[in-house]
Amino acid sequence: MSPWHVIVAAVLLALRGGRRGPEPEEPVDPRERRVPYSSRAQLLVAVLLVLAGLAGLGFSAIYLVHPGHETQWLGLALGGAFALLAAALIVAGKAVVPQEVAVETRSQLVHEQAEQEVPQLVAEGGEGLTRRRLIAGAAGVAGIGVGAALVTPAASLGPNVGERIDAIPWRRGVRVVDERGRAILADDVPPGTFVTGFPEGASLRDLASPIVIVRLPPSTIHLPEGRSQEEWAPEGLLAYSKICTHAGCAIALYRYPSFRATQQRPALVCPCHYSTFDPARGADVIFGPAGRPLPQLPLQIDPATRELRANGGYSASIGPSWLNANRGGA
Amino acid sequence: MTPEPGRDTVRWIDERAGASPALKAALRYVFPEHWSFMLGEIALYAFLVLVGTGTFLAFFFESSTAETTYHGSYAPLAGERMSLAYASTLRLSQDVPGGLLLRQTHHWAALVFIAAIVAHLLRVFFTAAFRKPRDITWAVGVTLLMLAVLEGFAGYSMPDDLLSGMGLAIAYGVAMSLPVVGGNAAFLIWGGEYPGTHDFTTRLLTLHVFILPAAIGLLIAVHLAAVIRTHHTQFRGPGHTERNVVGTPTWPAYALRSLGLLSATAAVLFLLGGLVQINPIWQWGPYEPYLATNGAQPDWFLGWLIGGLRLMPPLEIHFWGLTWVPNPFWGGAAFPLVVFGVLYAIPWLDRRLTRDWARHELLDRRLTRDWARHELLDRPRDNPQRTALGMAFFA
Repeated sequence: MSPWHVIVAAVLLALRGGRRGPEPEEPVDPRERRVPYSSRAQLLVAVLLVLAGLAGLGFSAIYLVHPGHETQWLGLALGGAFALLAAALIVAGKAVVPQEVAVETRSQLVHEQAEQEVPQLVAEGGEGLTRRRLIAGAAGVAGIGVGAALVTPAASLGPNVGERIDAIPWRRGVRVVDERGRAILADDVPPGTFVTGFPEGASLRDLASPIVIVRLPPSTIHLPEGRSQEEWAPEGLLAYSKICTHAGCAIALYRYPSFRATQQRPALVCPCHYSTFDPARGADVIFGPAGRPLPQLPLQIDPATRELRANGGYSASIGPSWLNANRGGA
Repeated sequence: MTPEPGRDTVRWIDERAGASPALKAALRYVFPEHWSFMLGEIALYAFLVLVGTGTFLAFFFESSTAETTYHGSYAPLAGERMSLAYASTLRLSQDVPGGLLLRQTHHWAALVFIAAIVAHLLRVFFTAAFRKPRDITWAVGVTLLMLAVLEGFAGYSMPDDLLSGMGLAIAYGVAMSLPVVGGNAAFLIWGGEYPGTHDFTTRLLTLHVFILPAAIGLLIAVHLAAVIRTHHTQFRGPGHTERNVVGTPTWPAYALRSLGLLSATAAVLFLLGGLVQINPIWQWGPYEPYLATNGAQPDWFLGWLIGGLRLMPPLEIHFWGLTWVPNPFWGGAAFPLVVFGVLYAIPWLDRRLTRDWARHELLDRRLTRDWARHELLDRPRDNPQRTALGMAFFA
């Protein structure tokens, strides 16, 4: 035998080995039936069943005697009842009733005859139809029209997006208040923490309402072009929409360095997906998935009362981005 | 002649439904034995527990964002303003006898339901049980997983506690991020800008207690019907062929054991519901859009989505002054679409990769394009390529 023959034989063998092996030549009959006849198993099942019943009654008893705060006992009793029932059923299924291995022949799924007949029957239904294209076109028109009629009511599910989102409750001069409606004074915002503010008289649940206010040393603030510190950040007070421009969670974390020399600079962080914004630089995204900065709200300080007031509207549209969400000063 | 017990009953049924051959076939229906074939059954039984406990909860839950002041027995929240939805969930948990047990059991059952579906899916994948003629069963199963995840999300969004509010805010962000249509799509779903009108809570309730459970129930029926029509697959073994099923008939042993599994599932769920606290909403507090908390995590089955949202770099597509693809789209919409797309395509991809042509057609494949029918399972080791690709994908 030449080495060539050996190689061919090896390749053939490998190909064959890679494919599924043939089914066993001689069919084995795996059928068997065994009856356990175990009186101990039957006794065990009976005991388990009675215990399950008692646990169930125990549940009812606890429920009726101590309604209310018995969650653990109720759970134990009901869970225990089912556990005992499960044990009884499984013991019965494995050690009491006949144990049988049966063989069922799989039904044939393919029916050659009917497969031929079905398309024929369908085709015969079109006998006498001479103007197929006319009917098909007309049916298309009917389908489009009726389909459109059926989906149109879905339009009343919600208003059109544009006007609503751009209607914001902030105007020049609107007082900034806390969630109980008390005015926030400039001196209520210390460095190192943030204060949540709302427009006076507006709904707290409006996404355009909440702002975070932080105080930074004015020398560290570098706002985007067109936002002067006097008009946007008096005394180093900065306000941004509290709603993350990524997915609409509330910006609830403020990272403030306790040792400026080594730690990163202050940042507003969203706890949902950790978008991180730099308040000193117009809330530019410095980490995380947000695609645009938080919109800034210009502030003014009432010279007489020191109350905070809005000095205009946001620098961009608030909330998660969508087609027309303008990006503002980015 | 000895009287046969039950004969009259069967006659009664037969005279009206002619069902005795079907009953006989059902009693003798053969189930191949392997522990991993139980995973789907566990999902089914968890669904039964979900329906049962959920019905109880629905009798107490009020789906409304109307404001109320809390006067229940949970002292730390006494006098707080909150939505009726949150207040009624608190009452259900703190004041209704047995309410907390059933609510916690419901939540645990939801987690186990999805976990069992995922485990079942992995079993079916790694043993290649999804191959023809079960590719339809597979597609229905993948749809069930998708609906189950939606149903779970809708469920924990309902109590209007801080956690559910944060989840909904993110869902709103993802809806807004759909390219071009996002803004209007989100407004249609929420009935306006987030947090939405009263209509939205009604929609959430309808979705969670009616539309999704009905769809899941219906698809479970289709799934089971498809299983019964083609029978279970089986592993290779003595006497096991592509043309037969070897195993235990329904009656009596299999029925008893399966009912045992139902009881065991219920036992575990009620024990978890009674003994292991889950989602203590009274500690999260009521939700307001301006509130969020650090360390809040969704239920485990949404972890992969929030992970996708977090990991995504800040990539948005802007031009002509418009935001064409806002960022959450990538992690929150495109990512799950791709994952489910691949899941749906698995039977097709697998045939391509394994060149699994019907054997008698091997010489003539260009003419027939027929795929082999499989009744025997592969062990994971039988097809290392499939196993390896699967491990990479699911990981």
